[in-house]
Amino acid sequence: MPRLPSVTRVLLPAALLVSGLACLIDVPSAGAAGGTIDLVAYSTPAAAYTAIDVAFSKYPAGAGITVAGSYGPSGTQATNVINGQAADVVNFSLEPDMEKLVQAGLVSPKWDAVGPDHGMVTDSVVVFIVRKGNPKHITGWKDLVRSGVQVVTPNPFSSGSARWNLAAAYGAERKLGRTPAQAQAYLQALLSHTVAQPSSASAALATFLTGTGDVVLDYEDDAIAAINKGDPIQYVIPPQDVLIENPIAVTTHAANPTAARAFVKFLLSKKGQELWAIEGYRPVLPGAAKAASITFPTPRQLFTINYLGGWTKVEKTFFDPTTGIVAKIEEGLGQSTASG
Amino acid sequence: MRRLFGRFGLRTTVLAYLALLVIVPVGAIAYRAFAPGLGTAWHDLANPSGASSAGFFHALILTLVVAGIAVPFNAVFGVIAALVLARHRFPGARLLDAVIDLPVAVSPVVVGLSLVLVYGRAGWFGGWLAARGIQVIFSIPGIVMGSAFVSIPYVARAVLPVLQEIGTDQEQAAATLGAGPWQIFWRVTLPSIRWGLAYGVTLTTARVLGEFGALSVLAGNVVGHTQTLTLYVGYLFEGNLDTVGADVGAVILAVLALCVLAVVSLAGSEKGSPSWLSRFARSPRSSRTSSLSTTSL
Amino acid sequence: MAETTLLEAPSATGASTAPRWRASARHAVGVVAPGTAVIYLSLLVLIPLAALSVTAFHGGSSAFWAAVRDPESWAALKLTLLSALVVVVLNTIAGTAIAWVLVRDQFVGKRLVSSLVDLPFALPTIVAGLTLLTLYGPDSPFHLDAAGTRFGVWIALAFVTLPFSVRAVQPVLAALEREAEEAASSLGAGSPTVFRRIVLPSLAPAMLSGAMLAFARAMGEYGSLLFISGDRPFSTEVASLRIFGLYENGQNNEAAAVSLALLSLSLVVLLLCGVLRRRLTRPEFG
Repeated sequence: MPRLPSVTRVLLPAALLVSGLACLIDVPSAGAAGGTIDLVAYSTPAAAYTAIDVAFSKYPAGAGITVAGSYGPSGTQATNVINGQAADVVNFSLEPDMEKLVQAGLVSPKWDAVGPDHGMVTDSVVVFIVRKGNPKHITGWKDLVRSGVQVVTPNPFSSGSARWNLAAAYGAERKLGRTPAQAQAYLQALLSHTVAQPSSASAALATFLTGTGDVVLDYEDDAIAAINKGDPIQYVIPPQDVLIENPIAVTTHAANPTAARAFVKFLLSKKGQELWAIEGYRPVLPGAAKAASITFPTPRQLFTINYLGGWTKVEKTFFDPTTGIVAKIEEGLGQSTASG
Repeated sequence: MRRLFGRFGLRTTVLAYLALLVIVPVGAIAYRAFAPGLGTAWHDLANPSGASSAGFFHALILTLVVAGIAVPFNAVFGVIAALVLARHRFPGARLLDAVIDLPVAVSPVVVGLSLVLVYGRAGWFGGWLAARGIQVIFSIPGIVMGSAFVSIPYVARAVLPVLQEIGTDQEQAAATLGAGPWQIFWRVTLPSIRWGLAYGVTLTTARVLGEFGALSVLAGNVVGHTQTLTLYVGYLFEGNLDTVGADVGAVILAVLALCVLAVVSLAGSEKGSPSWLSRFARSPRSSRTSSLSTTSL
Repeated sequence: MAETTLLEAPSATGASTAPRWRASARHAVGVVAPGTAVIYLSLLVLIPLAALSVTAFHGGSSAFWAAVRDPESWAALKLTLLSALVVVVLNTIAGTAIAWVLVRDQFVGKRLVSSLVDLPFALPTIVAGLTLLTLYGPDSPFHLDAAGTRFGVWIALAFVTLPFSVRAVQPVLAALEREAEEAASSLGAGSPTVFRRIVLPSLAPAMLSGAMLAFARAMGEYGSLLFISGDRPFSTEVASLRIFGLYENGQNNEAAAVSLALLSLSLVVLLLCGVLRRRLTRPEFG
């Protein structure tokens, strides 16, 4: 009777032992000893946070604190936190995603009382990212719906950036004097020119860089980061544009609230805001950009989301998954292309 | 001669199909990963801008830890399930048989979703777990569970036909000689199934190393903490942090896959069976009928 | 171990002379082991799938059907089914051809080719997606841009399901006795006829097995489709992508509903194929 090979006799119990021990390995988050902050943010600021975290650790308030960052589409990240992902600090692309957490009891309703700009940590604007040299001569919203132009914009039902893009498009048309019906028709035209709808802003830019589309609608800060990296692109700021405002908050169930609050304070401080400016994000603290010797051009006809009635109204009217205008447009477009 | 031409034509077509579908794409990604040079490739993988430089190593360690837990658990389960199905007749045996195969038909995204629905904060056991401070989803246990779910069938399916083929004679003999159940298992059963077990474990490992869809839903993508290698590669590509780094990571995963294949084919060649996957393609019942059907010719 | 041979007839009273605790231990193992397996399976598979079903019907059966028949979800399910069928038919033919060449043909590098067939199974799906994007995406050196098209979806599905189609057929083909074929051709039957009348019926059950595995895989595929499909609603958004999108947006009930529909669809088709396979093998017993 052949004996079991001795290697196996040793290996199998050893494997079970190792796996038993490995079960005890804790993910070093959830406020374990050593000061870790769990940061859950939207997709774009991954690179920025790396630089900022390093600066933060050099301050007394930040000494010995590590920031564990999770980045993804804004809507998805909010869903994940609601589903239980550990989060001490949350930084989303837009207010409605923060409101989701307020409704779930994970963020205090007073989150917008923090900081110089009612809870916002950075601003930005929507830009058109095009290939280097701008071969299709895209300068304004009208060029996006020109014949033959292919647009990339993320999926509005998961990505914050996509919602900013479409809100900007609609608002731009209204600023140009069009009626709501005409502005809606523009959205329809824009979406019919869209050739890909990846799940996040970063994914959209990545898709664009692999060669899809002629223009991708994205955050200005994402464009700046890409150019700094040497990607062969340039960007255009349309004259009619929306002011993107990104909210930040410490969660109610933060495992490490002191460190978390110190971190947010740093992000909103003069030094922190200067660092954001260097990374390409428009600071919310007046004077910070100047102090960092960075100028951000102001679009001629800049408006905020309040021009369109505020996010609650916009979310309901445009982005409700069944009754929203965008949902209906996508459905209509689908039925005409589904036969293809 | 028409015959020769026919054979040549078929061979060419087949090779062309394989080239277009498998060989050339794999070669292309390897080329693209290493074209800028080996040093650049390594640098981009380990130090992509915007991600912690330790991200790759953490991902590698996490992947190995997850495999180190999920694979043994599934191996133990697979052997027990195979023994139960082969040796016992009980109501519900057919159901167990079917349920073991179920994970193959479930989309990875659905796997992630269903685990979140039970073990997530708002899930069935969520409250109970949260009250005890246990984090399953978005943490290592969740990743292990997702990886285990998708790879459940492989060991059971590899071991079951072996158990059925060898029958219970030796085990019964050992029992009448006075061996206890443990001894029978260790000294009689386990050695006789070791090749099937090895196949199953290798397939399970390959599947666990490659899991992506379920983890996209339930891992939480925390850089340096809950990203496996597959998630890390996806993150590099999707986050536009470094496509060269993503390519290099992809190539490394491909090499790992090839190593797994090499192990399997070495074990396979010893046993003389041309294809391990074919064992899995047949359920034990039909394997007997089809082998009988070929001999009836 | 002692040199006792197995030729000794097992003593009828052998078991009863063993200590009684041995018998009860055996009995306990017989209960504990299956019990553990059932608990493991429940915690990992059964309970989560039950939660999925319950969540799918959270708003009652009207809510379930509303979610499934939602235009974008319905389109995704239809597209997934259609793509899976197209790819499975294609790969069953291709897989059989490849198996034929691997078994009946001889050429330099055959072993290498054989191992390459297994590569798509071992490769992580995300890597498969990136790999195919290199050749069939916008950066393609041959300008074969299939990204964002159904063609891209099919290529990815063909890639990941190839091993199943080949490996299901290969051993059966290898075990096939050639006498019948040789007899037929010596009687004047041409190769196609020999294949159709003699070989194919023997291979059919195996081809169907491979097709079933390929189908199950194709219906649920996600990672390889993520980048190459472009995730365009109504056009290339397959069910798994749609489910992920619904989940991302916090629409758990709808995501669960579409998931259940997808799973049920797969299982029904697999069940039918299983029945068909049994009927194909039965006549052989003559």
